[in-house]
Amino acid sequence: MKRRAWQRGAFILAALLILAIAGHALAQPFGVRPPSAPAGEAGGFAGWILAKQAEFYRMLSGAIRAAKADGSAAYTLLGISFLYGVFHAAGPGHGKAVISAYMVANDETWRRGVVLSFASALLQAVTAVAIVGIAAALLGATAKTMGDAVRVIEIVSYGLIVLIGLRLLWVKGRALLRLLRPVKVAHAQHAHDHGHGHDHGHHHGHEHHHAHGHHHHDHADEAHAWGHAHAPEPQDLTGRHWLRRGLAAIVAVGLRPCSGAIIVLVFALAQGIFWLGVASAFAMGIGTALTVTAIATLAVGARHFAGRLAKAKPGIGMLLVRGLETAAAAVIVLFGAALLLGYMASERLL
Amino acid sequence: MKTPRILLAALASLAFATPALAHPHVWVTMTTEVVYGPDGSATGLKHAWAFDDMFSSFATQGLDSKEKGKFTREELAPLAKVNVESLKEFGYFTVATVDGKKATLGEPLADYFLDYKDEVLTLNFILPFEKPVKAKELKVDIYDVTMFVDFAFAKDNPVKLAGAPAGCKAGTELPKEMTREDALRLSQIPADQPNTTMAWGAKFANKIVVNCP
Repeated sequence: MKRRAWQRGAFILAALLILAIAGHALAQPFGVRPPSAPAGEAGGFAGWILAKQAEFYRMLSGAIRAAKADGSAAYTLLGISFLYGVFHAAGPGHGKAVISAYMVANDETWRRGVVLSFASALLQAVTAVAIVGIAAALLGATAKTMGDAVRVIEIVSYGLIVLIGLRLLWVKGRALLRLLRPVKVAHAQHAHDHGHGHDHGHHHGHEHHHAHGHHHHDHADEAHAWGHAHAPEPQDLTGRHWLRRGLAAIVAVGLRPCSGAIIVLVFALAQGIFWLGVASAFAMGIGTALTVTAIATLAVGARHFAGRLAKAKPGIGMLLVRGLETAAAAVIVLFGAALLLGYMASERLL
Repeated sequence: MKTPRILLAALASLAFATPALAHPHVWVTMTTEVVYGPDGSATGLKHAWAFDDMFSSFATQGLDSKEKGKFTREELAPLAKVNVESLKEFGYFTVATVDGKKATLGEPLADYFLDYKDEVLTLNFILPFEKPVKAKELKVDIYDVTMFVDFAFAKDNPVKLAGAPAGCKAGTELPKEMTREDALRLSQIPADQPNTTMAWGAKFANKIVVNCP
C-alpha cells in the first residue's frame, strides 16, 4: 500500500508539472495590474458570462458617481454591485471550485454549503475593505504597494488550498485504496456499512463503533482530518465541530480579495465616498455567495446521488463514493497548485 | 456502465469552475496617428490611450501630487515609465502589416508621457517602425488576446494621418461581432472539418487601415 501511495504521489507530481508548464502567464500590461484570474479566450456561455460581468463592472463607476451626486442612487449602486458579484462568481475564480470540491469530498450538507459559501464570500469583501481601508485610505499607499500586499495574500491563500486538498487526498485516497485491496473483502463490506450509516444518521453511532473497534488507526486518522465524513447528526449541524473543520476552507477561499472590489473601493475612496465603496463590496460578496451556493448545491446533489447509488449497489457503489471523494480532493489540490504555480510563473518566481 | 458516466458528470460540475478565463479589467479608448516622413513613408504610430476612470483612479492612488486630485506630467513620469516598460512584453498590443507582410515596430520613443484630465489618465507614446515603410495598404491591429485590456477606438476621429502623401485615406474596422447569419454559417460547418472559411482569430482586433495610391 505504501508503494501504491507513492505511485499516486508521483502521478500527482507529474500532473502538477504539466500544469506548471501549461500555466498561463498573467498579463501585467501597465505594470499596475489589479489582481485577477489567469487569462484565456472566451466563447459561448462562458463568453456571455464574461460579457455580462464586464457590462455590470462598467456600470459601477457611473453608479458611484451618481450616488455621490444623489444619495438615493446608492440603491442602484448596490443592485449593480450585487449583479456584478453574481456574474463574477459564475466566471473565472477558484472560490466555487474549491468550495464545491470540498463539499463533495467531505459529504457536507447543503446548509453547510450555504454557510461556507457566504462566509468565504463575505470574508473576501472584508479582505478587500481591509486592504484598501488600511493601505490606501489610512497609509496613502500606491496601487503597486496594494498589489504587493494582495500578492502575499494570494500565495498564502493558494498554499492553504493545496494543503487542504493534500490533507483530504491523504485521507480519502487511503480510504479508496483500502477498498481497492481485494484481499480484505470483509474490509470493503465494512466500509459499505459505514456509508450506509451515513444516509441514516441514527444508525451512525452503531456503525461508527463497529468501524472503530476493527480499524482503530484508520478511524483516528479520519477524525483528525477535515475530511471525515460524519453523518449529519443534529448536534453536528448545530455544533462547532464541522465549522472548525470548514474554517480552513473559508479562510483559504475568502482570504483572496476580489479584484473588482478593490478597484471599486479605490475609486470610491478617490471620489471621497469610501463607505459607498464598502457597501458595494459587500453587495458584490452577497452576489458571489449566491452563485457559489448554487454551484455547491449542484455538487452536493451529485454527491448525494452517488451516495444513494452506493446504497443500492454495495460493492461498486462504495467504490464510486470513495473514488468521487478522492477525485474531489485531487481537484482541490490541482486547483490550488495551478493557481500557485500559474501565479509564481507570472511573477517570475519559477 | 452507469457508474463512470455519473462520475464524469460530477467531475464536470466541478470542472465548470476552471480558472481559465479573464474578463477585461482595464478599458482603453484610443486614438492613433500614423506619422509620415518627408519622403512619404510611414515612420511610426502615435498612440494616445485613455484609461477608464476606475483604472485611472486605481493607478494614481497614493501618488504624490502638489494639488490634490490633480497630477502633472512630471508627477506621472514614474508611472508612465512603468506603463511603457511593462507594455514591451505584450508587443504594445500593436501589430502592423504592410501590404500583407508583418512590419517590425521598435521600442517607444523616449518622449512618452501620461497626462491626467477629468479624472482620466491618458498614455501617449510613439511606436516607430524599425524601418520607415511605404505601403499601398497599411494595417494596424490593436488588441489584447487575453481580454485583460479592452481596447476601443475613440468615437470621433480615432485615426489621423500626419504628413501623409496626398490621396492616402485612413479608416477603421471594428471588432467583428458574430451576427445571426455568421452563427448559422459557422454552425453549418461540420464538426469534423476544420473551419477554413471563417476567420475568428482576429475578431477582437480593432483594425486601422490606411490606403495610399
